[in-house]
Amino acid sequence: MSMSVSRIARAVAAKDLRIELRSRVVSNQVLPFSGLVMIMFAFALDNDDVLQRVAGGLVWLATLFSLFILVQRTFAVETYDGALDSLRVAGVNPQGIFVGKSVALFVQLLVLESVLFLAAIVLYRVNVDGSGIVLLVTCVLCATAGLAFVGTLYGGLTAGARGRETLLPLLLLPVVAPVLICATRATESALRSGGVTVGEGWPWVGVLAVFAAVFGLGGLLSFGSLIEE
Amino acid sequence: MNSEAQAIKGVGTAATRMYGLMAIVALGWVLLGGLIFTPEDAVQGDAVRIMYVHVPTAWVAYLAFIVTGVASACWMIGKKHSLGFDRVAGASAEVGVVFMGMTLLSGSLWGRITWGTFWVWDPRLTTTAFMFVTYIGYLAVRGLGGTAQQRARRSSVIALLAVLEIPLVHFSVVMWRSLHQRATVLSPDGDIKMDGLMLFTLLFGVFGFSVLFAWLVSHRQRIMAMQDAQQTSALDVAVTERLKEAQA
Repeated sequence: MSMSVSRIARAVAAKDLRIELRSRVVSNQVLPFSGLVMIMFAFALDNDDVLQRVAGGLVWLATLFSLFILVQRTFAVETYDGALDSLRVAGVNPQGIFVGKSVALFVQLLVLESVLFLAAIVLYRVNVDGSGIVLLVTCVLCATAGLAFVGTLYGGLTAGARGRETLLPLLLLPVVAPVLICATRATESALRSGGVTVGEGWPWVGVLAVFAAVFGLGGLLSFGSLIEE
Repeated sequence: MNSEAQAIKGVGTAATRMYGLMAIVALGWVLLGGLIFTPEDAVQGDAVRIMYVHVPTAWVAYLAFIVTGVASACWMIGKKHSLGFDRVAGASAEVGVVFMGMTLLSGSLWGRITWGTFWVWDPRLTTTAFMFVTYIGYLAVRGLGGTAQQRARRSSVIALLAVLEIPLVHFSVVMWRSLHQRATVLSPDGDIKMDGLMLFTLLFGVFGFSVLFAWLVSHRQRIMAMQDAQQTSALDVAVTERLKEAQA
């Protein structure tokens, strides 16, 4: 009996999150790493006003750096014992695997970004108010969905080629550049950095939503042929 | 020996020799025309001569990436998943990366002379730089190893994802900022403001570099076919040897 895509997705996502809850790799290693990156930015820029102005971009840069680690982690747990091969041999629908792993990555990224935004409020002295928070939350959700989809897609590709982890940042960075641009501009609007209004941020969120939709669909269509060996 | 390897005795044919010759003639003209016959630009002086290389290489790079995308789609759609399409896609991307590197180099030198800076954060430049990196990544994926069919499957997906990615990069960079001067020859209102001989040399350059592209790709994809055939026949040879050992 073959399972539906949504049941497979739920099972895969629950498995990934359960592995994280038991291994604590993200909370004990990736989160401290991204916090360190935020502190390093402050050392490098060395100016309170500049930090407040560019806080949005720094949060998203730190997110991208952590994304590489998270993606490698999420596929390392699959390839250690040939788990991905076993899933494939068992005839599990690759679309279900794609959605499941994307959802797990999405949840982990959301936790990470929440911590990074808290760090920005504390360390970089940024402020968010009522209308800004609606924009910020929508921006974070759309950007994170896009990052989770492309991360899973390209992570699946490099996992298929074992031991070629150095390839992931080279492939992933150009693809996520639009997310960095759009999420940063939208976040700056939400935080009103440099005098931009909240209204100016919404078109950027539109692009983020398109990005997530395009790569979500692209992933559903192509993930199967990427992990097939 | 594998029959596919036997079929290919060399990488040149009558056709490739013909357009190889055409490329030499055309590029010879561009060299003479670009450096000697054409006048200096009223504003830019001799710096304008960079255009005769910059514009054709940019054109060829874009053409190459379009060929890569189309050939990858053909591989994927075709029922036989013919490796010929995959090799054309790969050969074209290799040539495209080289030409895009030349475009970026000649462009930044030209920019230094005319704009006073090697680089500006203009949408066209930024998208071009991203295409360059994207196809370097594509070539890295082609080099991951495995069988020819595995390579074809992986790289066709990457090539088609690049087709999705590049408009998104371009669109967000355009939203980010826009200050590049309008294209001179292909301006939408259609009036061409360029000296006749300069325009002729430029268009001849585009033609010459395009023929050079075709020549490079047809040779490269044949070499790839031979490499693939060698990989297959090497396996056959090894199997035959082991069988002999077992019989002995």
